[in-house]
Amino acid sequence: MARIIVVTSGKGGVGKTTSSAAIGTGLALKGHKTVIVDFDVGLRNLDLIMGVERRVVYDFVNVINGESNLNQTLIKDKRVEGLYILPASQTRDKEALTKEGVQKVLDELSETFDYIICDSPAGIEQGALMALYFADEAIVVTNPEVSSVRDSDRILGILASRSKRAEEGLEPVKEHLLLTRYNPERVERGDMLSVEDVCEILAIKMIGVIPESQAVLRASNVGEPVILDENSDAGQAYLDTIERLMGNEVEYRFLSGEKKGLFKRLFGG
Amino acid sequence: MSDSPIEFKGSAFTLSVLYMKSSDLEAVKQQLAIKIKQAPQFFNMAPLVINVARLNDPAFDFAALKAMLTSLQLIPVGISGASDEQKGPAKAAGFACLSESKTANTVPEQEHTQIRYERVEVPVEVEVPVQKPSQVLRQNLRSGQQFYARDSDLVIIGTVSNGAEVIADGSIHIYGSLRGRAIAGAKGDDSAKIFAQKIEAELVSINGHYWTSEQIDKSFYKSPGCIALDGDKLTLTKLEV
Ligand SMILES: Nc1ncnc2c1ncn2[C@@H]1O[C@H](COP(=O)(O)OP(=O)(O)OP(=O)(O)O)[C@@H](O)[C@H]1O
Ligand SMILES: [Mg+2]
Repeated sequence: MARIIVVTSGKGGVGKTTSSAAIGTGLALKGHKTVIVDFDVGLRNLDLIMGVERRVVYDFVNVINGESNLNQTLIKDKRVEGLYILPASQTRDKEALTKEGVQKVLDELSETFDYIICDSPAGIEQGALMALYFADEAIVVTNPEVSSVRDSDRILGILASRSKRAEEGLEPVKEHLLLTRYNPERVERGDMLSVEDVCEILAIKMIGVIPESQAVLRASNVGEPVILDENSDAGQAYLDTIERLMGNEVEYRFLSGEKKGLFKRLFGG
Repeated sequence: MSDSPIEFKGSAFTLSVLYMKSSDLEAVKQQLAIKIKQAPQFFNMAPLVINVARLNDPAFDFAALKAMLTSLQLIPVGISGASDEQKGPAKAAGFACLSESKTANTVPEQEHTQIRYERVEVPVEVEVPVQKPSQVLRQNLRSGQQFYARDSDLVIIGTVSNGAEVIADGSIHIYGSLRGRAIAGAKGDDSAKIFAQKIEAELVSINGHYWTSEQIDKSFYKSPGCIALDGDKLTLTKLEV
């Protein structure tokens, strides 16, 4: 049985797709067979960030409609063994994602994959609801600013009330906070919320802090997930995040200005 | 005996009766709105019996009547004076069919306004709870979530986020931060209170008297406090003895 992890946020443009690509790739690097599913029907860009846009033939909606099978549709990554992408359709709208259809595809993927990473669209409509509905775990991507934190809170409420696990009274979806585009200088100047502020408001367990980084832009321009840029700060922060997702304790980096001791007290347990 | 979670007792309640003399719901609504404006506290969520003896309209739309009254924040509980043909549709729309005690059952003939009010005694069989226990929520209420504790107190072990709303007919106790909205005494209980461990609320309200965040004493920000109603003024006091 695969672990189904949704990467979600409510707010748009906070780094969901960047994070889905990095985390999916990182899990495959660790030897786990992983598929990243693009739920952003109509606005697909996971394939761009993964650099596979020229190899897309069929898409998620084709599979749901029975117009293609998974073998024909999954795109195998050429850099990392055991990494696959299920691209979204550019030409349909989000209503094409029905609960039955999504369930059918996820069930089939579950048979062969260890991890299914669901890249959610922004918002709280059909596409986002379908991306989170079947999740076992959620990575809530948040930027250190008030509107993003509010939207993350909203998404946490939806996870707690409208996911399959909530509806069926199963163990709740496991929630992780991923703080992205973190800029310590701007935090110190008071332009942005600090790690502590965000944690106090959202009150869920943190899994990573990704700094605002030029490396992300560079990576997306060449179609290579930033985690493969091992020398970059963002790449390393994503690698640390993978360790924590595997249950290992790793010290936080790239929070300059933060005192390590304080940080450990807050989140190290 | 006390093992049973419920118990039935007969009891008499004083209810307001609305005498309908026209089936033109729009006209009735307008009149009602005027009445409500004159005594908003009296009418807010007031249970109401509707006397339809004067309506000679076999096709009268009871569901629309109910929706209209609900939209005015009234609680239609039943009808009286219904003809046998009217009783079926009325029940289907969720009305109880009541009969008024004899003294009040005569419909006055020479009225000029469309609506008339009268307080009458109506014997109604109702479920009398021994005492409704507090509802306890052990979770955070996130933005966009709402919880209503009907006829009871509400205890929340967790935080009420910005954009979340908790409502109780009794008091509200929050063991966590109150960042969203808390509405106590929602059905008119002046003695209801709001307790929170950290007050950062967007809005607090007791029986319709409310403060928005900017009206809440800044010195209480993020500290424990109790909000109560003193006459028609809200008060905020420390949680200390
Ligand atoms: N850590 C980072 N540092 C700098 N730029 C970043 C970082 N993370 C993301 N970005 C940039 O932010 C923009 C949005 O990122 P991304 O597409 O991953 O967000 P998204 O949440 O998937 O957006 P959408 O809601 O539209 O799907 C992109 O231009 C990306 O390059
Ligand atoms: Mg995206």
